[in-house]
Amino acid sequence: MTNLVEIRDLKVEAKTDSGRIVEIIKGVSFDVAEGEIVALIGESGSGKTTVALTLMGHARPGCRISGGSVKLAGKDMARLSEKARARVRGTEVSYVPQSAAAAFNPAATIMEQVIEITRIHDLMPAAEAKSRAVELFRALSLPEPDTIGDRYPHQVSGGQLQRLSAAMALIGDPKIVIFDEPTTALDVTTQIEVLRAFKAVMRKGGIAGVYVSHDLAVVAQIADRIIVLKGGEVQEAGRTGQILSNAKHPYTRELLAAFEPKARGAAPVVSEARPILAIENIVAGYGAVQRNGLPLVCAVRSVSLTVEKGRNLGIIGESGCGKSTLARTIAGILPTSGGRVIFDGQELAPSASKRTHEQLREMQIVFQYADTALNPAKSIEDILARPLTFYHGMNGPARDKRIAALLDMVQLPGSVRHRRPAELSGGQKQRVNFARALAADPKLILCDEITSALDTVVAAAVIELLKELQRELGLSYIFISHDISVVEAICDEIVVMYAGEKVEQLMPSATGKRPQHPYSQLLFSSVPKLDPHWLDGLERDPELVRAYCQR
Amino acid sequence: MNHRILSLVMSRLLIAVITLVIVSFAVFFATMMLPGDTATILLGQAATPEAVAGLRTAMHLDEPAIIRFMRWFGGLVTGDLGTSYANDMPIADLIAGRFINTLKLAGVTALFSVPIALTLGITAAMMRGSLYDRVVTILTIGVISVPEFMVATSAVLLFAVYLKWLPALSIANEVHSITDLLRVYAMPVITLTFVVSAQMIRMTRAAVVETLNTPYVEMALLKGASPQRIVLKHALPNALGPIVNAVALSLSYLLGGVIIVETIFNYPGIAKLMVDAVATRDLPLIQSCAMIFCVGYLILITLADILAILSNPRLR
Repeated sequence: MTNLVEIRDLKVEAKTDSGRIVEIIKGVSFDVAEGEIVALIGESGSGKTTVALTLMGHARPGCRISGGSVKLAGKDMARLSEKARARVRGTEVSYVPQSAAAAFNPAATIMEQVIEITRIHDLMPAAEAKSRAVELFRALSLPEPDTIGDRYPHQVSGGQLQRLSAAMALIGDPKIVIFDEPTTALDVTTQIEVLRAFKAVMRKGGIAGVYVSHDLAVVAQIADRIIVLKGGEVQEAGRTGQILSNAKHPYTRELLAAFEPKARGAAPVVSEARPILAIENIVAGYGAVQRNGLPLVCAVRSVSLTVEKGRNLGIIGESGCGKSTLARTIAGILPTSGGRVIFDGQELAPSASKRTHEQLREMQIVFQYADTALNPAKSIEDILARPLTFYHGMNGPARDKRIAALLDMVQLPGSVRHRRPAELSGGQKQRVNFARALAADPKLILCDEITSALDTVVAAAVIELLKELQRELGLSYIFISHDISVVEAICDEIVVMYAGEKVEQLMPSATGKRPQHPYSQLLFSSVPKLDPHWLDGLERDPELVRAYCQR
Repeated sequence: MNHRILSLVMSRLLIAVITLVIVSFAVFFATMMLPGDTATILLGQAATPEAVAGLRTAMHLDEPAIIRFMRWFGGLVTGDLGTSYANDMPIADLIAGRFINTLKLAGVTALFSVPIALTLGITAAMMRGSLYDRVVTILTIGVISVPEFMVATSAVLLFAVYLKWLPALSIANEVHSITDLLRVYAMPVITLTFVVSAQMIRMTRAAVVETLNTPYVEMALLKGASPQRIVLKHALPNALGPIVNAVALSLSYLLGGVIIVETIFNYPGIAKLMVDAVATRDLPLIQSCAMIFCVGYLILITLADILAILSNPRLR
């Protein structure tokens, strides 16, 4: 039996901005059998998406397939003319994008785009295509399958769009579907529904798949085989169970290790439990203040919490639950509409511009995207020098020494100080971002999703660094994330937020966490486990799902 | 059309009306600042102090400026543009014929320049980075950089003086046949097309290139769509807002900014009328011409904004 896909010694070149040519895929070979789902897993920059796209004969602008062959049902996609490739795309091989929200044309209805493949390739009359699409909507358990196609992309939720994009890929009856991180942009509770729908449709149609992801636990649920990529080379390939239980390659083990529950360890002994920060009934939001004193869009509704000195508080919740707004409110970037912020025994002014220099210094915030938080035109040295001059009035050799010490603290080599942010890796940039907060000598650092843009292995290292710095400097963190395992790894207490409200406060280190609130139970049970049977065995209360997963 | 679009369009129209009032205020007081006393200039050598005083009273020139503004604005709203100081004719009669000439020239130019500019802009965007794209870009930048009197004089030199294909002056009243029309309009239209197309080409190219880099265009490519389909179905509808705005801005130039072209080709349009009015200190005529330019500009810009609102799918 011949395989549906045979990739042999595939090489892809990319041209950098400076005109240099680098090989980003260095001789990758693998097969996909009929009806088999193969996962490509690896960190960002490992070339997993690039490899998957070559199956369609496509290379992103600036890239070029420079060697090897990509045989799909006997045709070498790397050698076909652009016209011949266009004929294969959508009919034999189709694509489910990472962000369906961006991959749908905002100016056309969903139905128009879902059946576009049948129009382009003249597969069937429009009426037939539409009824087929409705069938697919039903199979993917989309709500209101008969009418959802008449809406525009912005009128449906992210999870629904992701399933609609799968319908778009399946309409032309392809032999193989490429899934490019299709659930990465979704919340965990939504991800489950989408994964289930994908799995059911693929199994039923006997369609082969290439599933690109960085998340081993997600891949474990859907893939028959796993291929681990790093630096454009295959590190390890094998059946899912074998990779999970008996990984050979050190990099695969590293990936697996990131999943092992890392208990926070004993909370540091604090001689006297003294709250460093207490917030009482905070209300915050956006838009003009209404007659009842509340903002037009209320993002945080009456949240109270305390952080004790030397201890860490985690805030988890899904996108849009108000966790970042809460951080911005505490920092004074977004003034509160109600409630009090008490820091180290003193009540703080709602707006940062009214707080004293010392108050500003003692509480620092670190943002999610180091890329946008660091000024691209300044060197690392300048970036770190500014808070040192601003808060401590440092200059000359004293400042130089301090910069060296800060870089050392975040475990960066001293040679980076003359570079600009664009010359550093994602993890290095996040370390600089953190060092900038440390430069102020704060007592409390607000970390807003600081590991979300990083790869699993890099994120784990950043978390380790944070823990170490806490031991050395006696800091407290408020750690905001949507990723429960990250929060559990570093926090003494966890606050669960939903729709702007605090629904529960938990202690993960206490014997066996037992979330009481139904939403926290749903959230905790939705985190994928490495066990390949987890998804099939997972039972969720449909009432609960309906109540909390409208998005 | 739903409620939200309606309220957005209405608010846009209201802003246009308010702008118009502010503009008329500015036009009136700007013309007031022209040096020299109108009565003295009109009377010329017969300007005895008594005659000047009498004329000032007759022309309401001794009233406070704000009263005169109200009187003038009231006239504008009711369609009474006043009478010309220079030859005592109603301004409406003076302008009517000239305005139609200007509209003709603008219309013919738009008819040529808009399709040419859009085609060049879109094709350049589709083939971005290619030799064709570079040639178009260099040519448009070249055309932007050459002043229009240069283009116009070169055209006269080439087509009228050396080749003798076309008349050097465009006398719109002598049009009797299609060939006449082509002969009369050819040079002003070519010159104006050069001037207004460049910006439209640049903006169209930029707007289309931006949408071509979006994930939904890559998605269309991966569905097997042809380049034509990708541009027409996916890129263009989303680039419409900026393109319409660029077109409106360029076309508004055809109403008010054609003074040089009308003067060089001696074309009897409204811009030339205004230049003549400045020479004779004919304030009501200057004001009316200025108002016509402003209204034309406002209408085009408002139209472009409303089109952009209507083409935004998020408001549907």
